[in-house]
Amino acid sequence: MKTRTLAAALILTLSLGTGAAQAEDKVPADILNVSYDISRELFAQINPAFQAKWRKDTGQSIEVKQSHGGSSKQARSILEGLPADVVTFNQVTDVQVLADKGFVRADWQQAYPNSASPFYSLPAFLVRKGNPKNIKSWDDLVRSDVKVVFPNPKTSGNARYTYLAAYAFALEKFGGDQVQAKDFIRRLLANVPVFDTGGRGATTTFVERETGDVLISFEAEVKGIQKEYGTDKVEVVIPPVSLLAEFPVAVVDKVAEKRGSRKIASAYLGYLYSDEAQDILAKNYNRVSNPKIAEKYKAQFPNVRLYTVELFGGWDNIRKIHFAEGGILDQVFEKK
Amino acid sequence: MIPSMAVSHHRHVQSKGWGRLVLIGLAVGLGVLLLAVPLAVIFAHAFARGWEAWWHTVSSPDTVQALWLSLFTVAVVVPINAIYGLSVAWAVTKFRWQGKKWLVSLVELPFSMSPIVAGVACLMVYGSSGLLGGVLETLDLKVMFAVPGIVIATLFVTSPFIARELIPLMRLQGTEEEEAAQVLGAGGWWTFLAVTLPNIKWALFYGLILCAARALGEFGAVSVVSGHIRGETNTLPLHIDLLYHDYDGSGAFAAASVLTLLALVTVVLKILVEGKGKPQE
Repeated sequence: MKTRTLAAALILTLSLGTGAAQAEDKVPADILNVSYDISRELFAQINPAFQAKWRKDTGQSIEVKQSHGGSSKQARSILEGLPADVVTFNQVTDVQVLADKGFVRADWQQAYPNSASPFYSLPAFLVRKGNPKNIKSWDDLVRSDVKVVFPNPKTSGNARYTYLAAYAFALEKFGGDQVQAKDFIRRLLANVPVFDTGGRGATTTFVERETGDVLISFEAEVKGIQKEYGTDKVEVVIPPVSLLAEFPVAVVDKVAEKRGSRKIASAYLGYLYSDEAQDILAKNYNRVSNPKIAEKYKAQFPNVRLYTVELFGGWDNIRKIHFAEGGILDQVFEKK
Repeated sequence: MIPSMAVSHHRHVQSKGWGRLVLIGLAVGLGVLLLAVPLAVIFAHAFARGWEAWWHTVSSPDTVQALWLSLFTVAVVVPINAIYGLSVAWAVTKFRWQGKKWLVSLVELPFSMSPIVAGVACLMVYGSSGLLGGVLETLDLKVMFAVPGIVIATLFVTSPFIARELIPLMRLQGTEEEEAAQVLGAGGWWTFLAVTLPNIKWALFYGLILCAARALGEFGAVSVVSGHIRGETNTLPLHIDLLYHDYDGSGAFAAASVLTLLALVTVVLKILVEGKGKPQE
């Protein structure tokens, strides 16, 4: 019985769908937002708000569907045919992959404010209750009595930010001396007892297996972990210096063109910059540039001196110099 | 573990019951440690925040959809595999022909392949830049990142289960009964329905159950081809993974408890079928 109603509904929607598509010059009733793996709760709050606003503005009911996975894997899936109208990733390089293959326009970073990144975060620390090892900044992480947990920078974008933030700190500390900075990173990596492949694995290692004294991940994430596991177990420490991590967005032109969804897709990404969406983002511990909302959540976000990837000459250079085969990461890993 | 084994071996000479006791103890102990404890933990976590929280996750539209998709996949995959398994076993055990060994090896290939490789292989065939990608695009057929892709990947991974159950039994039974039927004038279909099928029915059931259990739990291959669209192409195992990675631990365990319950159903069915099948052999 259930299946029969389901089938009937399916046929009905299909026929209605094609009819409507012809009548309205191919405007779809949904878009697909392909996103990174830990943004489910965030977009579960943003999407209904956008849908309500779109209905108010245009009278049309639409649905924003979500797909979540590691953002490199997601980019790969889009190249293989996953019909994403928009992407909201946590790695600039993964959007760039789509741009290189002509799925996203080449100047996508100019399409929206702040290099098309509606919010940002930074690598921060999670320590055990009461901060028994008194960990305050990156300097404390290379102490011989401190064990550090973060995923493998070879496989995890999250860990790449940690690596770069530590590197930026070291360059500042040693007045730009590359040799000393490299040595600093070598000591940091030597303090990591186990490299998990992804952020979630590292969290399990730290919280559930109780390995290590400090876990490094994005500020929004460590605060989320604290919420999940409780303040009686772990504490968040925000270092005075860190690196700005962008969360880039783009319309996937190739798909939007084909589906006729460009108008909704662009409006959706534009909406992420509105007061309403920025408020939701900030509520979920993401930092935003909107001055009004930033002011409202000021108490939640301590001041941090933030470097950007421009310190390293942008992602292309970072890839070549640091993370490519035989790059600086390989060199300091080998010395371990 | 090793010292206790040595001891049991030594005592074996003096008392017959001692070694048996240690072995049984080991088997039960390890079984409890490796299987029963994690199972209990799943349910403990699932209900840690009470029945209401459990029901809240389990009845959420995304979980319900994921459950339906998983059951739908099983409902499509199992019959196809049954036909495939029967024809392979029939061809291999009732006839003599060249290349039989190759076919058996080919059938068993998915067993020794990692599911992730199976998923990627599907992508290489049906994805946009894959072998058939251009054709599918012109026909506007969505295979990858849609339900058909999930079914195909699951088919690939679960295809050996039924054939593997049937081949040894049918080989053991030989072809005498079929030959007798043919001599008495039965046609091919009639021979199959009246002679072969009754002889193998319990092994077939057993294979169906194994196949269903595996299809229900398949993660790796499906993860590659699903596209992870919430409420659309997320199967139950993928949904559990999503909840878990999103720091919704209790939600993940609640969904996991549903999958576990379904698995336990297949286990019970399996026990029932095993009991039935035994006297035949």
